[in-house]
Amino acid sequence: MSSPRGAFARTTNALLDEDPRVAVVLAEISRQYFPDAERRHPGRVVNVGIREQLLVSVGAGMALAGMRPVVHTFGPFLVERAFEQVKLDFAHQGVGGVLVGSGGSFDMAGAGRTHQSPGDVALMDTLDAHIEAPATADGVEAALRRAVASDGLHYVRVTEQVDRTPVTTRPGRLTAVRRGSGGVVVVLGPGLDAVLEATQGLDVTVLHSTTVRPFDAAGLRAHVGDRADVVLVEPWLAGTSSRVVADALVDVPHRLLALGVGRGELRRYGTPADHVRHHGLDAEGIRREVGWFLPA
Amino acid sequence: MTTTTRDATGTYGHVLDLITTMTGDEKHAAASESTVDVLWTLYDRVLDVSPDRLDDPTRDRFLLSKGHGPMAYYAVLAAKGFIPAEWLPRWTAFDSPLGYHPDRLLVPGVEISSGSLGHGLPLAVGLAAGLRARRIGSRVVVLVGDAELDEGSNAEAITVAAALGLDNLTVVVVDNESTSYPVPIPERFAVEGWATAAVDGRDHDRLEAALRRRPGRPDVVVAVVERKMR
Repeated sequence: MSSPRGAFARTTNALLDEDPRVAVVLAEISRQYFPDAERRHPGRVVNVGIREQLLVSVGAGMALAGMRPVVHTFGPFLVERAFEQVKLDFAHQGVGGVLVGSGGSFDMAGAGRTHQSPGDVALMDTLDAHIEAPATADGVEAALRRAVASDGLHYVRVTEQVDRTPVTTRPGRLTAVRRGSGGVVVVLGPGLDAVLEATQGLDVTVLHSTTVRPFDAAGLRAHVGDRADVVLVEPWLAGTSSRVVADALVDVPHRLLALGVGRGELRRYGTPADHVRHHGLDAEGIRREVGWFLPA
Repeated sequence: MTTTTRDATGTYGHVLDLITTMTGDEKHAAASESTVDVLWTLYDRVLDVSPDRLDDPTRDRFLLSKGHGPMAYYAVLAAKGFIPAEWLPRWTAFDSPLGYHPDRLLVPGVEISSGSLGHGLPLAVGLAAGLRARRIGSRVVVLVGDAELDEGSNAEAITVAAALGLDNLTVVVVDNESTSYPVPIPERFAVEGWATAAVDGRDHDRLEAALRRRPGRPDVVVAVVERKMR
């Protein structure tokens, strides 16, 4: 099984071969994955050097020229460093493209805060963007193919955190992985393995989707009654999706517990697993939270 | 004395008349708009664009990066038939398509929405690269202000435009000495590998000659106008 980032590389190379509208814009990062593409497709693979503002603007300019750009670097440099370019050169110009951010919240745990972007989804959510967070390498391929074939602005969050649980999520829809009557756990993006382990033997419903935006409000509504107790689990900034859950349940009395990455700066290195554990996103941490929050 | 003479439609004098419908000033004040002569020369003599080819992929692309003070731009677009002249007097009203910064989704013929400085040239690099990848021979001309070059995003674009050999890209710098920390503009581009020219930004013939050059690499035309009053 290939890694998610390997799936990004394989799929994007294939899309270059298949679709003459596709262009790839890079800022040194991941160049190693495109050794022959520039020769095979002159002008359609552009490396701008270590220039992230230009990376995003060039992608948007290629969209103005009628192409479908795939714009890629690490999440913090793509979304946070160059956010005004994302906001103005894509969203405000009204052109589309596929932004592929890798690294996520703590793939590069040892690299520290500079290479981590737990806030990327929240920032992209200030725009009218489609957001996907695949949980497997195959999911990366499917998400990329859908995003490139579609129009508008897409953010695909490629991380090395993968789930083993085979899930046939329908794009854009919450899938009921487990059904119960004692509350609902909503899992967005990677993290389903930990939630299933944490809720084993509990009478709860587990809903999962790798489509983060637009959020499947109708899917959530279909699994709650007159009242609702909802635990939200997302592997980026805690509370990022609280507003869409609140909107979905606007006329349903409900309680909401939002789990995710904390806002405080950690200043620790180690491994991604260390960070998952610190933020309470491992099975033990989730079970602890679900245990006090959901009715027994 | 307020100027009351009206020039023929589609002339430079008409553009100045149209500017007065937005500013309420006299015609000589319209002539002092820093960009008016560059814009007129581009649309009257250089660019391959017209109102009936707004979506033609082979049209030339003009990008106004320095989006503030767009009266001269709107006036030229009106004089050339891209927008109705009747739009101009009500500009910036709530339901007007014309704001203090142009919006490409609201104004026919406007290629980019601008306002925040330092976005037009980077976008132009991508647009020029995209057109070249699609084997479309159009030119991309982007207008920036001298102080706009303060923005670091331009430095990224200047280097890469030359490295990619974008011979379909022209930058016009309207230089009214408004930057607080001036550096020689032609030299700044030349050291990165650009062709350069500096001309009187009020002289239509010299502007035309400079803007018609196709030197086989990205080129910059510095259009020098009077120093901005501060």
